[in-house]
Amino acid sequence: MSVSEQELDQFRVEVSAWLRENNPGDPGFLLPESFMEVGTDEQFEYLRDWQRKVYDAGYLGMSWPEEYGGGGKPQVFQDIVSQEMARQRVPFMTNTIGLNWAGPLILQQGTEEDKKKYIKGILNADDIWCQGFSEPDHGSDLGNAQVKAVKDGDDYIINGSKIWTSLGSYAKYMILLARTSNEGPSKYAGLSFFLAPMKTEGIDPQPIKKLTSEYGFCQTFFNDARIPANSIMGREGEGWQVAMATLMFERGNVGGQAGGLSMMDINVNDVLELARRSKRNGKPALEDPLIRDQMVQFLIEAKSNVLMGARTKIPALNTERPTAIAMSGKLRGSELKRRFCQFAMSLQGANGGRFISPEAVDGGKWQRIYFNSFSATIGGGTTQVQYNIMGERVLGLPKS
Amino acid sequence: MNSQISFTEEQSMLLDTAMDFCSKNSPINLVRSRTEEAQSLPSDLWLSIVELGWTGIAVPESHGGLGLSVADLVPVVEAMGRNLMASPLVWSAISANTLQLAGSEAQKSAWLSKIANGAIATMALIEPDGSWQLSEPLCNGTMKENTISLSGTKCFVQDAAFAEIVLVSILLENQPRLVLLERSAIPEHALQREVVIDETRRCYRLTLDGITVTPDQVLPETCFVEIEQTAMLLLSAEIAGGHASTLNLIVEYLKTRKQFDQYIGSYQALKHPTVDVLLGLEATRSHLYHAATVYDTGTPLEKETSLRMLKAVASEGFAFAGDRAIQFHGGFGFTYECDAQLFLRRAIFCQHQFGDETHQRAYLADTLIDN
Repeated sequence: MSVSEQELDQFRVEVSAWLRENNPGDPGFLLPESFMEVGTDEQFEYLRDWQRKVYDAGYLGMSWPEEYGGGGKPQVFQDIVSQEMARQRVPFMTNTIGLNWAGPLILQQGTEEDKKKYIKGILNADDIWCQGFSEPDHGSDLGNAQVKAVKDGDDYIINGSKIWTSLGSYAKYMILLARTSNEGPSKYAGLSFFLAPMKTEGIDPQPIKKLTSEYGFCQTFFNDARIPANSIMGREGEGWQVAMATLMFERGNVGGQAGGLSMMDINVNDVLELARRSKRNGKPALEDPLIRDQMVQFLIEAKSNVLMGARTKIPALNTERPTAIAMSGKLRGSELKRRFCQFAMSLQGANGGRFISPEAVDGGKWQRIYFNSFSATIGGGTTQVQYNIMGERVLGLPKS
Repeated sequence: MNSQISFTEEQSMLLDTAMDFCSKNSPINLVRSRTEEAQSLPSDLWLSIVELGWTGIAVPESHGGLGLSVADLVPVVEAMGRNLMASPLVWSAISANTLQLAGSEAQKSAWLSKIANGAIATMALIEPDGSWQLSEPLCNGTMKENTISLSGTKCFVQDAAFAEIVLVSILLENQPRLVLLERSAIPEHALQREVVIDETRRCYRLTLDGITVTPDQVLPETCFVEIEQTAMLLLSAEIAGGHASTLNLIVEYLKTRKQFDQYIGSYQALKHPTVDVLLGLEATRSHLYHAATVYDTGTPLEKETSLRMLKAVASEGFAFAGDRAIQFHGGFGFTYECDAQLFLRRAIFCQHQFGDETHQRAYLADTLIDN
């Protein structure tokens, strides 16, 4: 189906107007920065209501098939919605794991019954999804997952624990990677993938208090939990392949996601905006030459990251170490964010020492973002591990 | 904000040709031996460069050049920088561009085709106080009966002893102007070789006292902004090349040198800063080809911003790379024999020409913060 430019322009105007009119606005409490940070019931309800409203307006899952609850339209419409959402900085879609990982996976690999059962609830946020991949002893080493799933009649009996379960206490379903066998040619061969119902006796998500003193993650304990055998996705022993397909959706390597934002965008221009309204000892902070210099350094660094992205599209300018830019993306982006948050706090004078409270600058947003920024400098392989990987795989230096 | 980078098939081929030519003709042993010679580059090699057409890249076709932009020299200069090849190419090109923008028809006709054909041209902009403010020269011109008497001193005039023309910035009737000095107008004692940290370069002090010019040697226009911009662009191209080779030098040593029975590259204390050298290089090259793109297609503000960001990132990155190259070579790094010093010297020279990183950032603050 081809769509005319005119039709798309018109659609953009329409979405833009809808978002302006329906943006739920300031809730009067600090919103989470991402789906990983939802820690209170009031945050959760606010975000769930917002997602539902967007779906009811027809602006979510626009490219998903109509028969399961999607919009049946070309992807470009959803892309326009997501762009306008980012531009207007409306809140994110809280059911991200369902919308962007589990949902597209079910559409790609699930049975007809699965699609009918799960897709609509993902879109209207009736059914929140969480992910059970990482384990306390197996962070990045996913293939070594040890949570046990033992077949028993029409059920599997699950034992063990998963960690960093975002939305764990709100979730109805979990995409679960568990070990059904220790036999087989490799550790990967014994893994199976389940769409596990969370409201099950013996499944107990325990919220983890983060350094921000907020909640958002759980450790999920499985204690002889019985889940239906037909909740398996694929066959026993195919879990690794299904998990890899999920990660392709998670990392955005392939399309098919329902769309919408999954986190609050904070960038260096927000810091500049803070700097403009900050004072140092009674004078505008941006009159201080040192602050100006630091501010410009951050602006340059952010620009460097954008330009590196642009250069990767030109093979002739990437002949020597073609993977250097792509492989350093997380390292550069996460470290920049951590440091510009430190700078943002330094702009606040004595108030830099405050934390989430009405008296704090922007309600304590910057202190909280700084703390949460460690999730990206630690998660997905720490910065220090990234430096080793860059040194060894990109520069060819000997292993540490 | 403009974040475009375009790089054509032709530019890609030019980069390959230049990389090939420079690595063949500027191996490190010749880089070293050429520091002892009078000229920065042997005459026959300069002739080869002229034959390749590089001296005509930024000269209009009407004057016998290729009619491309100064930005098209970026791949060539980057390749030269990679091999520490010094040459009069950059300043000849900037001089040609200056003549094209600010010169009279007669001046263009007299010199552009010669420069395209290999006549060396250079510019005298910097003065003993080391100021980077190009449009505020202290050297003076006094007009008396159709003759302009020059006074004052210029320095860092590259390859001046071999140049057929020197474009000199002066204050004439309180206006910053450029005058075209032919070689015959420069007495021998007026030029003195200067000691500079980068030994591959030939820099001269030019004493203007006693030199006179006629009004038709004054360029009718000025273009100090463009001169500064082209200098920042091409210096940064040279820096990007030097930075890349410095990284290779470090990596090679870290992979082959053993201490405490381990390759020193296995130590994270050396490995991690080396990754920072790599990330600096990736940033510099990205800014470089973005600035080269914007140089021809961007708005004046985009041009100004992209070039100052480039010079800031490039200067700081290369200086860091050179500094770490010395340190990571240990005791050998402290010797003249170790090649790391060649790169560190080049880095420091380039960093301090046409604005270091703090200077650039101060300007950027004005455009990025105050506007």
